[in-house]
Amino acid sequence: MMSACPACAAAPLAEDIALACPTLQFSLPTIHCAACIGKIERGLNILAGVRSVRVNLSMKRLSIEGAVDPKQIEAALSDLGFEAYPLDLDALNAARDDQGKTLLLRMAVAGFAMMNVMLLSVAVWSGAADATRDLFHLISAMIALPVVAFSGQPFFQNAWSALRVRRLNMDVPISLAIFLAAGMSLFETLNGGAHAYFDAALSLTFFLLIGRYMDHQTRSAARSAAKELTALEVQTAERLTGDSTQTISVQNLSIGDVVLVAAGSRVPVDGELMSEAALMDRSLLTGESAAITAKAGDALQSGEINLGAPLHLRATAVGEDTSLRRMAALIETAENGRNSYTALADRAAQIYAPAVHLLALAAFIGWVAVTGDMRVALNVAIAVLIITCPCALGLAVPAVSTAAISRLFSEGFLVKHATALERLAEVDHIVFDKTGTLTTASVDLSGVLSNLDKAIAKSLAQASQHPLSKALVAVSRDVTAAKVTDIVETTGQGIQGIHGDTPVRLGRGSWLGAEFTGFGLKIGDTPAQQIEVSESLREGVFEALNAVTLGCEIVTGDSEGPAMNVANRLSLPVTFKALPKNKLDRLKTLTQQGHRVLMVGDGLNDTAALVAAHASIAPSTALEASRNAADVVALKSSFAAIPLVLSVARASRSLSKQNFTIAALYNCIAVPIALAGFATPLAAALAMSASSITVLLNSQRIRFV
Amino acid sequence: MNVLVVLIPVSLVLGAVGLIAFLWTVRSDQYDDALGNAARILLDDDNNKPADSEN
Repeated sequence: MMSACPACAAAPLAEDIALACPTLQFSLPTIHCAACIGKIERGLNILAGVRSVRVNLSMKRLSIEGAVDPKQIEAALSDLGFEAYPLDLDALNAARDDQGKTLLLRMAVAGFAMMNVMLLSVAVWSGAADATRDLFHLISAMIALPVVAFSGQPFFQNAWSALRVRRLNMDVPISLAIFLAAGMSLFETLNGGAHAYFDAALSLTFFLLIGRYMDHQTRSAARSAAKELTALEVQTAERLTGDSTQTISVQNLSIGDVVLVAAGSRVPVDGELMSEAALMDRSLLTGESAAITAKAGDALQSGEINLGAPLHLRATAVGEDTSLRRMAALIETAENGRNSYTALADRAAQIYAPAVHLLALAAFIGWVAVTGDMRVALNVAIAVLIITCPCALGLAVPAVSTAAISRLFSEGFLVKHATALERLAEVDHIVFDKTGTLTTASVDLSGVLSNLDKAIAKSLAQASQHPLSKALVAVSRDVTAAKVTDIVETTGQGIQGIHGDTPVRLGRGSWLGAEFTGFGLKIGDTPAQQIEVSESLREGVFEALNAVTLGCEIVTGDSEGPAMNVANRLSLPVTFKALPKNKLDRLKTLTQQGHRVLMVGDGLNDTAALVAAHASIAPSTALEASRNAADVVALKSSFAAIPLVLSVARASRSLSKQNFTIAALYNCIAVPIALAGFATPLAAALAMSASSITVLLNSQRIRFV
Repeated sequence: MNVLVVLIPVSLVLGAVGLIAFLWTVRSDQYDDALGNAARILLDDDNNKPADSEN
C-alpha cells in the first residue's frame, strides 16, 4: 500500500515543472549570500516587463519570467556588479532529475518506517514478552515488508543485473542481507521467536539510500554541470535568405547556406568567407593572440571570433562535420580511455563483497558443524551479513565527494567528472596554456590619454558590444563616463558621438584618418591617439601561482615575443609556437618522467592535452570542445582559487581513506561479536547507526579545508 | 495493555501524516535550493513576490 502511494504521488512532477517554465535563465557564478539574492531580485524587479525574478543560490542561477530583452537583463546585472552568462533553455530542460526525486522518496519512506519500527523495537528490547512481543513483531512486519520491497528496489535491481552476468558488486551482499533479514525475521515472528531484525533491515535500507542519494547528487551535479556548459553556448545562427535574416538553431543549417556573423560573435560553422575582408580572432583555435586578416574565399573555422564588420559566410561543413564537432567527438573517444581509472569506492567494493559472503558462509558452516542447529547457524550468518553490511562503506566516498563538490561549486568551480577529485589529488606538475588562460585581451589606457579622454572613450565604448569596447569598459572601471550624445556605431569601424560641441570618435585607425591601423580615439580636429591593445594577466593568476607549490610551466601556440613577456612576468619556463601535437608531446614527456600533470587551458589547440593530462581545468570562456574535455571548469573569471581546488581534492582523498578506516575499525569490533553469536538486533542497530553517523560527520570536515 | 490498541494506530497515523507532509514538500520543489532558503531568512523584506505587490 505504501509502495503504490509515493509512486503515483511522484508522477505529476514533470507536468508541474513544465508549466512553471521560466522564460530566461542566467548563470551567476559569483553570487554567494543573502545580500546577493536581495540585490539581484530587487534590482531586476523594477525593470519593465519583468513578471517574476527568482535566484537559486544552490545552483547559482537566475530565472526571469516576463517579456524582457536578455541584453537588458545582462546590462542590469553587470551594473549591479555580477558576472552573468545567459543559458540556453532547450539544453537545460533536457536535464531534469526525476531519478533523484524518486531516490529521495524511497529514502523518506524508509526513514519514516524505520522510526516507527524502532519505537516498537524499543518496547521489545526493554522487556516486552510473549503475546505483546509477538504483536509488536507482527506490526513491525506489516510496516517493514512493503517498505523494504519499495525502498530496496535500487539495490535489488543493481544486484540482479550484476548476478545475471555472473558478477558480484556491492549491491549483492546488500540485497542478500536485506532479503535474509526480512525473511528470517518474518519466520521468527510467525514462530514466536525472540529476535526480529525488521528495524535492522530498514535502517540498513535507509542509511544505504542516503549514500545512494548523495552519490546520485554528485553524479547529477556532474551531469548538470555538463548540461549547464552546453547551455552557456547559445546555439543560434543568422541565416540570410534573400534580403532578410532569420535566426535559426545551428543544427538546422545546411551546406551552402549563407550565414551572417555579427561583429564580436563566434563563427557557428566551417565556411568560406564571402565578404571582401574580415578581421578574425583565432586565439581559441591556435593560441595566436594577434588578430588575423582573412580575404574573400578564405576558409573560416567554427569557433573563430569576428572582430571586424559583420561578415557573410557560405557554410561548407555543418553539424557533426565542423572542425569543432570532430574535435569534440575525438575527445569523447579519448575520454573512454580515462574512464578505466576506477574510483576508490569501486576498488574497495571489489574486495569487500566476496569477503563478506565468504565470512557469512564460513559462520554458517562453522555453527552448523559445532551446534548442528540450522536455525541458530542461519541466525548467526544473517547477523554477520547485516553487521558487516557496508552502510558506512557505502557512505564513505559519496559523503565526502558530495561535500567537496558543493564546496568547490560555491567557490565557482564545476566538477564534471566522477573521478576528477581523486585524480586532482595526485597531481604534481601544472602546465598552463597562455592565450585566454593566463591572459585575457585588454586595452591599455595608462599611456597618453588624459582623464577627460578616458571618460569620453568609456562613454563611447559602453554603447558597443565589440570585444575591444567591452575590454575598454572593463579596464576603465574607476572612470566616470563623460556625457556624450548622438552616439552612432558604424559597424566594424567604430563609434562616434558629440561631446559638448566636439564630435568624438573611437575606432579603427583608418576610419579615424590616422596613420596607425589599430584602435584609437579622435577628439574634434586633434590628431587621433592610439590605444594600445595588449594582453593582461587573468585575475588571480599571481595569487594562484604563489600559493601552488608544484612545478609550473607555460606551453603556448603564440609567438616568442608575447610568450616571453608573460613568462618573464610570472617567472615560469615557457615553450612557444607549440602546435597541438607539441603540447601533447610535452605532456607525454612529463608523464614518462613520472609526473602526474594538471593541464589548464582553453583553446581548441589545448583539447588533446586536456584529455591526455592526468587532470584538467578550463575556464568557462573556453570553447565547448575544451570545456567538454576538462574535468573542472572555472566559472568565475578569476583563477585565484585554483590552489583551493587542489587542496580540497587532496583533503577529500584523505577523508575518504579515513572513512574506510573507520568502517574497517568498526567491522573489526562488530564482526567477532556477530561470529560468536552475541549480536542481538539491538547491537546491530546501534553499531550500524554509530558507524554511519561517524562517517557522515567525518566527511563534513571538508568544509573547513 | 488495552491502551496499546489506541496508541499503536495513533503512532502509525502520525507517522503517515509526517510522511505525506514530506511527500508534499518534495512535490512542491522545496528542496531545490537549500542554500538559498537558508540565506533568504536574512533578507529584510518578507515579501517574496515584490512584482505582485506593484501590480
